[in-house]
Amino acid sequence: MSDVVIDVENLGKKYRIRHQGTPRYLALRDVVARKFTTPIRWVHDRTRSRNGRQSPGFLPPISTPASREDFWALKDVSFEVKQGEVVGIIGRNGAGKSTLLKILSRITEPTEGRVRLKGRVSSLLEVGTGFHPELTGRENIFLNGAILGMTRAEIKKRFDEIVAFAEIERFLDTPVKWYSSGMYVRLAFAVAAHLEPEVLIVDEVLAVGDAEFQKKCLGRMGEVARGGRTILFVSHDMRKVTSLCNRGLLFNAGRIEARGDMTTVAAAYLEERTPSEGLADLSRRGDRSGTGDARLQKIELLKGVNRTAAFAVGDALTQRITLEVFRRVGTSMLAIVITSSDGIAVHELWNVNERCPWVAEPGVYEFEVTIPKLCLYPGTYSIDVWLGDANSARVDYITEVITFHVVQTPESELERPLDRANGLVLQRSEWTYNKAVDR
Amino acid sequence: MQELIIEPGRAGKNYWRDLWRYRELFYFLAWRDILVRYKQTVVGVAWAVLQPFLTTVVFTIVFSRIAKLPHPVGVPYSLLVMAAQLPWQFFSSSLSGSSNSLIGNANLISKVYFPRLIVPAGSVITSFVDFLITLGLMAVMMLRYQFAPDWRVLTLPLFVALAFAASFGAGLWLCALNVEYRDFRYIIPFIVQLGLYVSPVGFSSSIVPVKWRLLYSLNPMVGVIDGFRWALLRGQSPLWWPGVVTCILVTSGSCLGGIWYFRKMERTFADVI
Repeated sequence: MSDVVIDVENLGKKYRIRHQGTPRYLALRDVVARKFTTPIRWVHDRTRSRNGRQSPGFLPPISTPASREDFWALKDVSFEVKQGEVVGIIGRNGAGKSTLLKILSRITEPTEGRVRLKGRVSSLLEVGTGFHPELTGRENIFLNGAILGMTRAEIKKRFDEIVAFAEIERFLDTPVKWYSSGMYVRLAFAVAAHLEPEVLIVDEVLAVGDAEFQKKCLGRMGEVARGGRTILFVSHDMRKVTSLCNRGLLFNAGRIEARGDMTTVAAAYLEERTPSEGLADLSRRGDRSGTGDARLQKIELLKGVNRTAAFAVGDALTQRITLEVFRRVGTSMLAIVITSSDGIAVHELWNVNERCPWVAEPGVYEFEVTIPKLCLYPGTYSIDVWLGDANSARVDYITEVITFHVVQTPESELERPLDRANGLVLQRSEWTYNKAVDR
Repeated sequence: MQELIIEPGRAGKNYWRDLWRYRELFYFLAWRDILVRYKQTVVGVAWAVLQPFLTTVVFTIVFSRIAKLPHPVGVPYSLLVMAAQLPWQFFSSSLSGSSNSLIGNANLISKVYFPRLIVPAGSVITSFVDFLITLGLMAVMMLRYQFAPDWRVLTLPLFVALAFAASFGAGLWLCALNVEYRDFRYIIPFIVQLGLYVSPVGFSSSIVPVKWRLLYSLNPMVGVIDGFRWALLRGQSPLWWPGVVTCILVTSGSCLGGIWYFRKMERTFADVI
């Protein structure tokens, strides 16, 4: 018996997309109206063509099926997942990740190809699916468990564990509509976390809840993974993906673009996601948070005076950040965090730590932040930028604004190759020796 | 360990086995709907009693006192109406319930797999609970009029089953149509309202001229209502057998057709909902 639990062969899923002008939902009145006007239009079109002239018509021509178009959300996707593997699935929005999960969890049928699954598959496409606000916590545990595929006996067996995990003992018989959002999410995740399927499919669930609970969830997923279960994990958060998964699949436009070791795949994604020419326009980034009193506009990476995304170990790296202040913020702080592709925050740079106090008045500012000697091991790194006021309240914050690569070149003046397996931050050191005993 | 194969057109093959496997979910969804239904309305159970009761009162006044329609001797008119109210309420509430059930559970359908047939079936069950409550009201009314049923009441389960099949079949059609055409839900209240007058709820079907009766029996509720009256009212309201046979044929036809249509549409539910 082979230990392949998920075997996907040439999977494809085709959607019909309707173009502008055709409604998202079919309405009976439109169908009926079309049926009735078709003969009139037909006669109308005929008379028009008989006249041989393009007289201005009083009715638009019968719409042709050409207003629909086929769109492959997934195409020629093949991969295998072995028992106990934790696979991270990454890619931009619309790359086909969610379609893949929907096919694997049987919500939608593929158009071509086949999937072979061994064992029970449970998916957590969204925590709290099927929760009903009028029902109590206790009732929702049973309902949600059943929806996620647990039998009543299983739920009963794990009931206490679920309640303890969610920390809602006191509110067990309160309708969940009175729960705080934190309690709601905790309960929802608790039910899901106690599923015992052979294959668990997780999509973006960890984006919710407070930091402490998130940690607990990650821990629980790690536990599940160590228990020999197979997990497919879809997320945009490279840190979580790289810390949880050992293998990765990178999707782009419905195909698998990269596969293999999670860290390598994550690096490929970061590179794809953010332009590597050393320039990123941030004004149109939607995935930001903060009051918006000031906004980051642009970031450039410079090596000397040249814009680039490739640096050698030991190079000087300059980040030129352009930002616009719309309303007066007053004394403000700017922070830059550099993170490795496997999700470890390496450097944290603050204007206030470097004696560069700043009072944000309306206008456009250009900051230049220079790291005189880059002491990072070769690899791909990403930059997060945070802008806050004197009380550390977030004004604008964007993660992964840009990425850069560090390579080792002869200019680095290092004898030995730096291996990421042995280190992350290059620490130069002074060495001396003397011969203590002469023989 | 069970092996599952997913490929185009495959879902149909394991459908009935899956339906059995997901019976617990079916039970939980029906349980949820019932629980929520009686929690949400302040009047709760009382509503299930009040609604048919008031309709019966109004219908008795309108059809018996004002329109002076004929009715079988020895049976109070309100019992005649009530016996028809039972299956009619069940039918109409399952119709509106199941037709909206898929849209109402859209978040489930787009996130979790289960045989979708569970959803409309669950709402028929919810309506059935109301039906049982109304049945209690009927018993109270029969006691009040000191009207005891005879052996024919033993055939009632057969007609209940027929009402079930009719409700389920029609519900499936409307449910699938409702997902396909989003404005269909505006038509459903109209169908239900019209059906109340087209079906012999307020009057006895015996007043329909004989030459039209077969045509009239194409409405499955005609046979069901006649059956209920016959079984509950000591056969005072006679049963017209061709009508019952037509009813059985139409009901099984709509039920099978409904399942077929629903299954056909089901594959695309998650994509369009």
